[in-house]
Amino acid sequence: MVPISTLHYLIVAAALFVLGVVGVLTRRNLVVILMSIELILNAVNLNLVAFSRMWGNLHGQVFSIFITADAAAEAAAGLGILIAFFRNKETVNVDEIDLLKW
Amino acid sequence: MNSAINATNATMAPVATPYFFYGLATLAIVSAFLVITRRNVVHSALALIVTLLSVAGLYLMLYAPFVAGVQIIVYAGGVMVLFLFVIMLVNIDRSYKEKRFSGLWPIGLAAASALFTLFLFAFIKGRALFPDRMMLLPESSNTQQIAGLLYGDAGKMGQYTFAFEIASLLLLVAILAAVVMTKKRA
Repeated sequence: MVPISTLHYLIVAAALFVLGVVGVLTRRNLVVILMSIELILNAVNLNLVAFSRMWGNLHGQVFSIFITADAAAEAAAGLGILIAFFRNKETVNVDEIDLLKW
Repeated sequence: MNSAINATNATMAPVATPYFFYGLATLAIVSAFLVITRRNVVHSALALIVTLLSVAGLYLMLYAPFVAGVQIIVYAGGVMVLFLFVIMLVNIDRSYKEKRFSGLWPIGLAAASALFTLFLFAFIKGRALFPDRMMLLPESSNTQQIAGLLYGDAGKMGQYTFAFEIASLLLLVAILAAVVMTKKRA
């Protein structure tokens, strides 16, 4: 069996990233879109940790911790927006978020 | 001398690593697929927890135990609980009757497939850039070394101490944003 190299991790991360992109682009539920963004950030984290292993230093892991903090902040702010929107419109469907649409 | 090191490496080498890798990767990708296809949002959230835990397993395979712990505590423990609470607050009964995917889903799917093809093309073309042999990271002092980079070592500021403080400011702003936006208008 082929030994697991950095490339294997990169392909897994690319698959997770693309699944997240598909979720953001095609779903209509705002909660699922926020979860897809979490998927995307996780794919980036996996890439960073794989590269950290590849180069043998810890900078990638430190960056992935920063991205984790960023994802937590994003989830808090995004879910706050979601609750404010739900209070006004009684829906979480993004097709109905069209106040600023031309 | 060299052969002795190789021998110890051989005895300490983890067993059946490819099987663990393929198992965790399959689990992560399948449950990520479930996240974006389930109609019930709670099922999506549970599938996302499975994805996050298998990615934490992949971090362990990459000799990053601290990042794996952060992944489990912050993501699976913190962010996902927040998600489940919000799902509880909003009314999900209505989304059962609505269509799951937006009308433009073929375009989104095509764009995402093009992106994946681009990734694969770049990886295959540039595979010479990735060395087959990975560096060995010292696993036992992983947390200590990350702390040295984040907080500084021996009284000196670490390389990322300033960025770390900025990250705490970001979290403060996020807390304020969440409180202000979810507050009822008087």
